[in-house]
Amino acid sequence: MNLHNIISEIEKVDPEVYERLDSRRKAIRQFAGIGRRLALTAVPLAFGAMFKSAYGQTTTSIVDVLQYALTLEYLESEFYKKAVDATGLVPDGAAKGAITTIRDHEVAHVNFLTTAINAMGSTPVAKPAFDFSGAKGAGNGPFKDAFSNYGLFLAVAQTFEDTGVRAYKGQAGNLISNNDVLTAALNIHSVEARHAAHIRSMRRANTSDNTIKPWITGKDTGGIGDAVQASYNGEELTNQAGIEIVNINGKSISQAAATESFDEPLTMEQVLMIVDPFLPA
Amino acid sequence: MKSKIHSAHSSRKYLQRRQFLKFAGGSAAAIAIISACKKDDDNNNPGDGSIPLGSDDIGILNYAYALEQLEAAFYTQVVASLYTGISTTEQAYLTDIRDHEIAHREFFKNALGDKAIPALEVDFSAINFGSRDSVLGTAKAFEDLGVSAYNGAGQLIKSPDYLLLAGKIVSVEARHAATIRDLISNGTFADNTVIDTNGLDKSMSPPQVLSVAKNYLKSKIDASRLPTN
Repeated sequence: MNLHNIISEIEKVDPEVYERLDSRRKAIRQFAGIGRRLALTAVPLAFGAMFKSAYGQTTTSIVDVLQYALTLEYLESEFYKKAVDATGLVPDGAAKGAITTIRDHEVAHVNFLTTAINAMGSTPVAKPAFDFSGAKGAGNGPFKDAFSNYGLFLAVAQTFEDTGVRAYKGQAGNLISNNDVLTAALNIHSVEARHAAHIRSMRRANTSDNTIKPWITGKDTGGIGDAVQASYNGEELTNQAGIEIVNINGKSISQAAATESFDEPLTMEQVLMIVDPFLPA
Repeated sequence: MKSKIHSAHSSRKYLQRRQFLKFAGGSAAAIAIISACKKDDDNNNPGDGSIPLGSDDIGILNYAYALEQLEAAFYTQVVASLYTGISTTEQAYLTDIRDHEIAHREFFKNALGDKAIPALEVDFSAINFGSRDSVLGTAKAFEDLGVSAYNGAGQLIKSPDYLLLAGKIVSVEARHAATIRDLISNGTFADNTVIDTNGLDKSMSPPQVLSVAKNYLKSKIDASRLPTN
């Protein structure tokens, strides 16, 4: 292993590597010192740590994303805990079973993210005192009957799940530098999408509205209305990376199918605006 | 459309830098050192008539294109020869899913342009298209496989733009998987055969995925040059 070659290779892809490491000479000296002190097997780890300090910002932004995800998972897990505990809200049988399954996943996500944030040396954010009525703590918002009105409960659940899918999707690019965290986030993202599909099917059955499907058509809220429109805006996109999907290559792909076949991301700012009514003022 | 891939190539420096930043994250530092120390030995087409997916992001896009070809061909046949006793809801869902998979397939074809692999020949001889159990069982296997394939491919992608596109598709595949599972047995949309105790879905590497997919393909796929981290 030739240390000079390694630094030279890095320089090809990152010309500023020396600024990050002070100077080439200092970097080599620093690394040679590490090499003397450590067994050879530990060298890659020390090397990683050296670059972690040089590229430290990456680590910070990853923790920020995890804290943001934790906040959203708190929102979902507390929501489903209250729903499962609310007498007479979710019908016994298949419905209760499904909501319990989803609650357990959201609680597991909270625990998983808490552990991950701790492992990265940061303190997990505290659980907010949510106002599920959507009135910033006043308790009298548009969803104030969500734990007594089953249809309204399902409507809020659908919105939380579809928003959660979009929120994780919007952060994938910010996690690209860390394979483990990215993969874990993707593995949560697809679970949220499975939840969303099932909740949508439950709403379809409960409302007998066959226009509600497991996938999102256009920017349609599925009859929930203006209060949740921000969670669906942008889903009407039919052009992906400059390629029009409607009737692509002469195939019969409708406008509806084109929008359904790709879910769209939301930025952190967009999601925080959406969940703001559920957070204390 | 070809120009998209070309522009991705012209920003190769950026991609390499991305790749490096990924390595600099820490855990992969050992791999970075190993690749810096040895010459890149080119593993080209083995010459047995198999279809090479290529390397880097193009290889991953071709890998996704191959899986979408498989799914689209399956649902096309499902809808063309509906199984006995199919319900209105089932027919509507399977038709929607067919259209989604065709949209995915054609999207990748156009995005890849002249880098795209050819149309694959499928082998559905193990599927009984007249049987609900056989069709939905195969659909479930394909959808769960697709979800874990995209989840596992995310970390192999260098371009944030391609990563986002994969993300836009994988959640739709997860919606399909949940729906098919619920059609087979309501409430199994995310049961413990796919979701672990941390509440995480599965992710699989390309070799793991292709070892399953090959049972439904006449064409042989050469994935040997795909990235592995």
